Amino acid sequence: MRADFKIILDWIQPEARVLDLGCGDGELLHVLQKERNIKGYGLEIDPANIARCVASGVNVIHQDLNQGVDNFGDGAFDTVVMTQALQTVRRPDRLLDEMLRVGRETIITFPNFGYWPIRTYLMTRGRMPVSKTLPYTWYNSPNIHLCTFRDFESLCRRKQIKIINRTVVDHKHRVGIGSKLFPNLLGEVAIYRVAK
Amino acid sequence: MPEQIPDDSVGLVVPQTLQFDDPLVLACGRTLNQYDLVYETYGQLNSKGTNAILICHALSGHHHVAGYHRMEDRKPGWWETCVGPGKVIDTEKFYVVCPNNLGGCHGSSGPISINPETGKNYGPDFPLMTVEDWVNSQKKLMDALKIDCWAAVVGGSLGGMQALQWSVDYPELLRHAVVIASAPKLSAQNIAFNEVARQSILSDPDFHGGRFYEHDTVPRRGLILARMVGHITYLSDDAMHAKFGRDLKTGQFRFGYDIEFQVESYLRHQGEMFSKQFDANTYLLMTKVLDYFDPVRGKDGDLSDVMTQAQCDFLVMSFTTDWRFSPERSEELVNALVAAGKDVSYVEIDAPQGHDSFLLPIPDYLAIFDAYMKRVAQESEVLCHAS
Repeated sequence: MRADFKIILDWIQPEARVLDLGCGDGELLHVLQKERNIKGYGLEIDPANIARCVASGVNVIHQDLNQGVDNFGDGAFDTVVMTQALQTVRRPDRLLDEMLRVGRETIITFPNFGYWPIRTYLMTRGRMPVSKTLPYTWYNSPNIHLCTFRDFESLCRRKQIKIINRTVVDHKHRVGIGSKLFPNLLGEVAIYRVAK
Repeated sequence: MPEQIPDDSVGLVVPQTLQFDDPLVLACGRTLNQYDLVYETYGQLNSKGTNAILICHALSGHHHVAGYHRMEDRKPGWWETCVGPGKVIDTEKFYVVCPNNLGGCHGSSGPISINPETGKNYGPDFPLMTVEDWVNSQKKLMDALKIDCWAAVVGGSLGGMQALQWSVDYPELLRHAVVIASAPKLSAQNIAFNEVARQSILSDPDFHGGRFYEHDTVPRRGLILARMVGHITYLSDDAMHAKFGRDLKTGQFRFGYDIEFQVESYLRHQGEMFSKQFDANTYLLMTKVLDYFDPVRGKDGDLSDVMTQAQCDFLVMSFTTDWRFSPERSEELVNALVAAGKDVSYVEIDAPQGHDSFLLPIPDYLAIFDAYMKRVAQESEVLCHAS
């Protein structure tokens, strides 16, 4: 199982109602169904991924996250999950509000733009960083709202969103001492669990 | 005519007819004491009867879903794309049942049938039907075929409405409902188009109040017009543009009212073909079935409250350029199903062909439909081998 999924699994109650924004091939929901017996729906836009979700028995709904999630009622879900998609939507701040309206809790993962190799790349080369985690060039990148952990936490403070848990990991989703001490410099991906 | 029947076709098929004497009480208050249902089946029912699929047809459809009746047939059944050995609805895995609905004109009791009480065609005296009535009649067929539970009820357009009605009326008798290019009820615009179609038939002097059989005429002009207006709603603006554009039949304006543009030629041809095959009273009846469809009517609450009764899983599919039953109409249903806590998957297929897309081999559509039906097949297999 992917290491970040293992962390997320610990934060999901058995039988929970889960909405996964940008669920890809449905792997996370599939794991949660097996391990936690959750009732879940994934939102996905790519037909090939939708077919994979359907094949693995995951409920999937064709929906563009940029159109929001206003088709779901207040508190309709226990947990709303979004892995590696926050930086790709047009208004991450508004989507975050919506996620917290629809779900009691929200689990979000995103790449840290303050990670030291990215800082070094920009400083030494003076060009937009390209890496394994962020493989795109500036003009074709789906990642249009990259931020650092500090940026995200400042947004949470401003919106009075409580951070219940934060796990910072490297690109292999391992937790190291470095990323614990200096997360915004040494952490590559963060998994946040937040609530209003 | 197929020179040779393709390997992925069910091949030559023979329709069957069952006569029912068990009275069917209808939504309109009348009762059909005796009626026939003509149907086709493909594939084999497994030992525990867990692999039966019901296919419900749309407005102008019928029981001949796949295969050929004769080697001379120019075309196979209407859903040959999806039904056959190795296809999405795999007849090597499923036992597929497809009836012609009551009120139809392809063999099941309808306006052209003889009314046993008068010895003449029913004509306009055949009772108006609803989707619920159809589902009740399909249930009688299910009993006659000794099927305890459908693995899935599947339909496009008006067929999807029947699948939806099944999930509400007989929740324990189906495990999956596949609702394609459909809607939870018609909009005012949908009803308006149906009304134009009806008025064109009703106002045809050859209609004779629906008793045209006795006058040995057919309200052809009315049927042609009805089909022409209907056909426009089945195609998208893009599809029409791609197919005809503003092409002229002879390359120049003729300054008259004969056929000039290719699109006019096409519509008239479609209308004329249809008018030779379809009964005017059936067309009127079918459009009313559509207009009346509303599973919420007469019940407490909204669509999601009504859908809480359903026990099956749902696959809902729509097409981007379908403006007869647009993706928004499918999304209404999907949102209601999510609110009701039902298992549902939904996809809006990007296709330029409009409402008719559900009949066409569109790769993303077939891939997702296939992934779903493979799961249904696996589940049927597991249930068959469970003790």
